[in-house]
Amino acid sequence: MATATPSPKVNHIGLPVIEYRGGKSTLCAGCGHNAISERIIDAMFEMGVEPEHVIKMSGIGCSSKSPAYFMSRSHSFNSVHGRMPSVTTGALVGNHTVQALGVSGDGDTASIGMGQFVHLLRRNLPMIYIIENNGVYGLTKGQFSATADIGSKLKTGVINDLPAIDTCALAIQLGATFVGRSFSGDKKQLLAMLKAAIAHNGTVMLDVISPCVTFNDHEGSTKSYKFLQEHDEAINEIGFVPSFEEIEVDYDSGQVFDVQMHDGSSLRLRKLLEDYDPTNKAGAVRTLMEAQEKGEILTGVFYIDTKKPSFIDLLGLVDEPLATLPESLTRPPKSALSELMTSLQ
Amino acid sequence: MATGDLALGQEQGASSARQRVTIDFSIIVATVNGSGSQSANSVLLKSIFGMGIPVSGKNLFPSNIAGLPTWYTIRASKYGYVARKRDSEVLVALNPETAREDVLALPAGGVAIYETNLNLKQYRDDVVCYPVPFDKLTAAICPEAKLRKLVKNMVYVGVAAQLLEIDLELVEKSVRKQFARKQKVFDLNFGAVKAGFDYAASTFTKQDPFHLEPMNSTAGKIIIDGNSACGMGAVFAGVTVVAWYPITPSTSLIEATTDLLRKYRTTPEGKATFAVVQAEDELAAIGMVLGAGWAGARAMTSTSGPGISLMAEFTGLGYYAEIPGVIFDVQRTGPATGMPTRTQQADLLSVAFLSHGDTKNPVLLPANVKECFEFAYAAFDLAERLQTPVFVLSDLDLGMNNWMSEPFTYPEKPLDRGKVLTAEDLNRLGGFARYRDVDGDGIPWRTLPGTRHPKAAYFTRGSGHNDAAGYTEKPDEYQAVMDRLARKFENARKLAPAPVTVKDGTSKIGFLAFGSTDFALRESLDQIKSEYGASVDYMRIRAYPFAHEIHDFVASHERVYVVEQNRDAQLASLLKLDLPAEQAVKLRSILHYNGLPVDARTITEEFATKEGL
Repeated sequence: MATATPSPKVNHIGLPVIEYRGGKSTLCAGCGHNAISERIIDAMFEMGVEPEHVIKMSGIGCSSKSPAYFMSRSHSFNSVHGRMPSVTTGALVGNHTVQALGVSGDGDTASIGMGQFVHLLRRNLPMIYIIENNGVYGLTKGQFSATADIGSKLKTGVINDLPAIDTCALAIQLGATFVGRSFSGDKKQLLAMLKAAIAHNGTVMLDVISPCVTFNDHEGSTKSYKFLQEHDEAINEIGFVPSFEEIEVDYDSGQVFDVQMHDGSSLRLRKLLEDYDPTNKAGAVRTLMEAQEKGEILTGVFYIDTKKPSFIDLLGLVDEPLATLPESLTRPPKSALSELMTSLQ
Repeated sequence: MATGDLALGQEQGASSARQRVTIDFSIIVATVNGSGSQSANSVLLKSIFGMGIPVSGKNLFPSNIAGLPTWYTIRASKYGYVARKRDSEVLVALNPETAREDVLALPAGGVAIYETNLNLKQYRDDVVCYPVPFDKLTAAICPEAKLRKLVKNMVYVGVAAQLLEIDLELVEKSVRKQFARKQKVFDLNFGAVKAGFDYAASTFTKQDPFHLEPMNSTAGKIIIDGNSACGMGAVFAGVTVVAWYPITPSTSLIEATTDLLRKYRTTPEGKATFAVVQAEDELAAIGMVLGAGWAGARAMTSTSGPGISLMAEFTGLGYYAEIPGVIFDVQRTGPATGMPTRTQQADLLSVAFLSHGDTKNPVLLPANVKECFEFAYAAFDLAERLQTPVFVLSDLDLGMNNWMSEPFTYPEKPLDRGKVLTAEDLNRLGGFARYRDVDGDGIPWRTLPGTRHPKAAYFTRGSGHNDAAGYTEKPDEYQAVMDRLARKFENARKLAPAPVTVKDGTSKIGFLAFGSTDFALRESLDQIKSEYGASVDYMRIRAYPFAHEIHDFVASHERVYVVEQNRDAQLASLLKLDLPAEQAVKLRSILHYNGLPVDARTITEEFATKEGL
């Protein structure tokens, strides 16, 4: 009796995981960015997001190349250095029915892109903004970026003498409504964070520390695999239940922070840090600043606000994408021009 | 069109100052900016317009919020000339700071209306003086002291109306329109007009030779500024995304666009079919335009010189990744910050080649408000047809001043949304290659994000790519895309607005110009004909890349004068890159670049000198 080939596992929209894959990565073997691409694939697959519904956005740098390595069925825009926020803003205003996932790096965000980054946060543009943070410029062979920690050492022996910009503290302060940090090596945490991110309406800012195996993975670096394994401290354990799955109750409610997400799914943050409240802006920023002083690298979901309207909500747009509105809705009638001409006589 | 009726005091001496001058002079109103003089100037302009007289108004203002000198000139010309006149004959001196300088600038035989205590008569015995106690008159009709500064300007309108024989009823109509539905404001302002009118009527006997009389040349015509006309064009092009950053002199273009969008593009349910985003800077503004254009929306921004410089990198991305977008550049005087409230045509080379590498951009060149409207909507069609950023190059003179025009005509042709493949098309075709020239016109097909087909997606990048949008560093693949882009640009010669042959007869001498230079050049050509008996030809260029007719025009003349408002002969330079060597040598330049709009006399004199006439 012939055995039937087992059909591949499909998600709730009937797609196998292969439909979420991209081209072969050209990044270095072992690069943290590749692991992040894998988690994005897993999260999109598990959440059953239609690939055509996603736009992948990026700037310039190693990180910004990575959208080529996942989800080939999604439109992608590799723009200019540090300017992915404005391109994404335009794209979402033009078509607010798609879901935007942006991948940036620490140079692309915290140096050349800082101007646009802060305004993206301020607008609470509905998108997932991932910083693949390795503390160095890889494509130009390993100069420090603005997220490199003070005292961190380059391979050449150069010590960084300027303080790191904490993109998470910045994001919380400036208006992002879902802010977290993870580590490319922490599969479970990153996957849960990404799945919750997909369910969020507003700016999701995820700072994912992603070691650069070529230029920043040595002794003395504070963005190396070894350093992260030793210093990564999670503030909460992330449980995410998508809207299409049933919630099982097994937590002691005193230990859990429950967040009802925009799309009906549920985010459960089990407290690892005593009394940490991820809806308290000031508390979140204080915790991050204190950790930085102690040299700790906190991970987890630091801040979440599911009520604040997104930039698109504020525009009061029609339901259909502006891009494809018919002429009858976009070109005013002849009578409108006549009226204007009369008023100018 | 008729001919150089000699402007008083310019070619004639002061002695003949009493010759009657009918509807052929300029009024200059000297005030302080921020004093509310704009409403008064507008009322006077529209009152003259209401008499059926061709009229144009120009605001020469400082880059300042309040307190610095500003001038407004109103030219009334029975010949229909609307360019700046080099000299203004009638002065209204309301700014004590500049009054002496202003009265000294009058031609002999001119007129000065001024606040009595300025005693301008002491400086000139060859101008007609009408001293008016403006402050006293204003105080009498405006009890509220803090409003007097504003209302005083309306008193001058009354005085000028009486002296220049403008019907008071027409002024009343203009005041009413200016302060639509605000009866109290109308009463106060028209009261001021009347006070000035009555004072002049009871005090002065007209001694100057300047007269206005009703004509029939403005019936059915409209008055509008170029920026509003561009905004209107964009709205009738169905623009949906506007991203911008404030900058003089382009801000009012966006404001006009926004007002019209709110009025005409809100659904009965109160939802918007548009979005206006004030960006954090010009880098973000153009980034948003490209993002929206990529998503399939009709997107625009508007800026001026410094903003253009900031948009350079993204423009190159738009060119290479083939993304539509419309960029209005309302030129001001450069380089650097330059003179933000003065005009120039010095961004032409910048926008034509904006960005590094072999970037070339189509540029539309409107010369009047009607073309501002028409080219604005043409630009969106062209941008989507060619899938590239398209520039509309206006300037401060055209953009911020009021111009008379035929009413605009409704664009009957449906919107051209360009080559876009839908999911159904992809089903039929089985797939597509984003940058492949399947039609032989250099223009590939694109899909829009969100198209629900597994083969719809492609990877947009500014890095080297092949015709399937894949990353490449292969020499032949890279070059094939660049060569196709060149073919596409070549194609744009036929798609962009064709040049206008204003006159092409048998002359050996031709003129080429673009944009707002047209007003002065037309007047100059009349002067050249009447004063030197030379009937020269003139073609007005309306777009880059240049249409083949422009080559033919140059080829059919011995000498071609290129008139433009910049120092470096940018249009001539661009033409020289395009023309065969034996044609390029025919070009000579007449240039004007001091920040003021070019005037006819300057062109005529320069031409006469160059021709040895």
